[in-house]
Amino acid sequence: MAPPVQNTPAEQQDGEQYESGLHVILPGDLLPPTQSQDSEDVVMAPVIKLGPGLQPMSDESIVAVKAGILQSTASANRWWVQSNQKRYVPSSGESVIGIVRGKTAEHYKLDIGAAHPALLGVMAFEGATKRNRPNHEASILGDLLYCRVALANKDMDPELECFNPTTGKADGYGGLEGGHVFKVSLGLARRLLDPKTLVLRLLGQHIPFETAVGINGRVWINSASASHTILVCNAIKNSEYLSPKECESMVKSLIQKM
Amino acid sequence: MKDTEPSKNEREFLLEALREGARIDGRKFYDFRTLRISFGSDYGAVEVQLGNTRILAKVSCEVIRPYADKPTEGFLSFSTEISPMASTVFEAGRQTDEEVLVSRMIEKAMRRSRALDTEGLCIIAGEKVWSIRVDIHFLDHDGNLADAACIAAITALMHFRRPDVTVVGEEVTVHPIEQRNPVPLSIHHIPISVTFALFDKGERMVVDPTYLEEQIMEGDLALTLNVHKEICALSKAGGMPLELEKVVQCSKIAAVKVQEITEQIEAALAADKKKR
Repeated sequence: MAPPVQNTPAEQQDGEQYESGLHVILPGDLLPPTQSQDSEDVVMAPVIKLGPGLQPMSDESIVAVKAGILQSTASANRWWVQSNQKRYVPSSGESVIGIVRGKTAEHYKLDIGAAHPALLGVMAFEGATKRNRPNHEASILGDLLYCRVALANKDMDPELECFNPTTGKADGYGGLEGGHVFKVSLGLARRLLDPKTLVLRLLGQHIPFETAVGINGRVWINSASASHTILVCNAIKNSEYLSPKECESMVKSLIQKM
Repeated sequence: MKDTEPSKNEREFLLEALREGARIDGRKFYDFRTLRISFGSDYGAVEVQLGNTRILAKVSCEVIRPYADKPTEGFLSFSTEISPMASTVFEAGRQTDEEVLVSRMIEKAMRRSRALDTEGLCIIAGEKVWSIRVDIHFLDHDGNLADAACIAAITALMHFRRPDVTVVGEEVTVHPIEQRNPVPLSIHHIPISVTFALFDKGERMVVDPTYLEEQIMEGDLALTLNVHKEICALSKAGGMPLELEKVVQCSKIAAVKVQEITEQIEAALAADKKKR
């Protein structure tokens, strides 16, 4: 049975990843690295977009600010550093799971695991107007919300919204009822966003469950019974450093024990 | 970020799971997490890992003058400072209630139960005694710091060797460990602490709570026993009241757990001795 994956409407990393061998990059490294001949074509690319871990400098050179593996799309116009960490740094457009920590007249204050609390406007829900506030008044302290980072500026508190700005619809954003939430590394969270991820697929063959993955490393799981949810949570947590084969046998042994 | 209260979903799910007889990490109610004990290159350096809780204990010693009213008593002291390294809920320089409880717990379990023979630390009565100091560093906090710290402290004391001394008249010679085999401390018994987290008015009890369980529990009960089933310390700091039968039941469970943990500690020490 396939799991009803309530997957994120978030930007998925472009599937067409360009593998030019593993290129490990360290903070402070300049791009394109002079010793590598492969990246000649980068210079040719007229416009390039920089993803996480890369910063343009004033003299038009590009410097890495994170340690990781340098990656780019096949057309070499998008570049980013792939790395793994535990602390979430918000960036706009990402889907996150937040815990409501406080409420003022105009904002909810959410903990999204970043260094600062994030603000979610009370009007930032589908179909909200000043007259017609959606029924989120019930949403109080300690609730889980699945939101999209609307604004992430390094000098301001991040801002969130609970609808897809292109359609104006909720698109899966909103409160998460029941279930359990747990933390994983950001790298694993990013991998889980791919619905083809092995561990989710294997689990889905045996147990129907619902999931929402926040790129801030929070994963929410809900299923028919607590024991199923516990099993799914632990399988996901254990899967991080397993090879596909080990992952299969891990899931199999967990299912058998059930 | 100091605000680390669990979400409503986590709280409700944990309680629901407990009512169905399951714990979130897949353990049974009375199971400890995996205990891993590793030793440093020096005597008396021990790292204990209980699930994701990690503690480092280091024993050191020096020769000092005893108190005039207890001329033959050596000293045993513990330093338990929880730094922000363990978790962001702790702040440097400010003692939390938890920290006070943990250090009191260790003090009660180790010193007041006379686990270490302090008379045996005397070199010359009224003149010179050994002072043993155990530094406990909390490296990672995922609940149950007290039990893990207790295991770390006693294992470190058992692993520690102090330099040998010879006394000729008033003359005391401390032999460096390179010259003469250092001597182990004399330990009377091995106190092990077992913490129970209580839920649903004491209906459900779990051993070795994780951080999430600690945040949600209604109360706790910590028992310190040794293998001879002697209770060295019992602490019930606040929380909901508990019936007498429950306390007796806890102590029976704890006795079994203490046996298991003591065997693990002894096995780890024996394996380390073989390697040296």
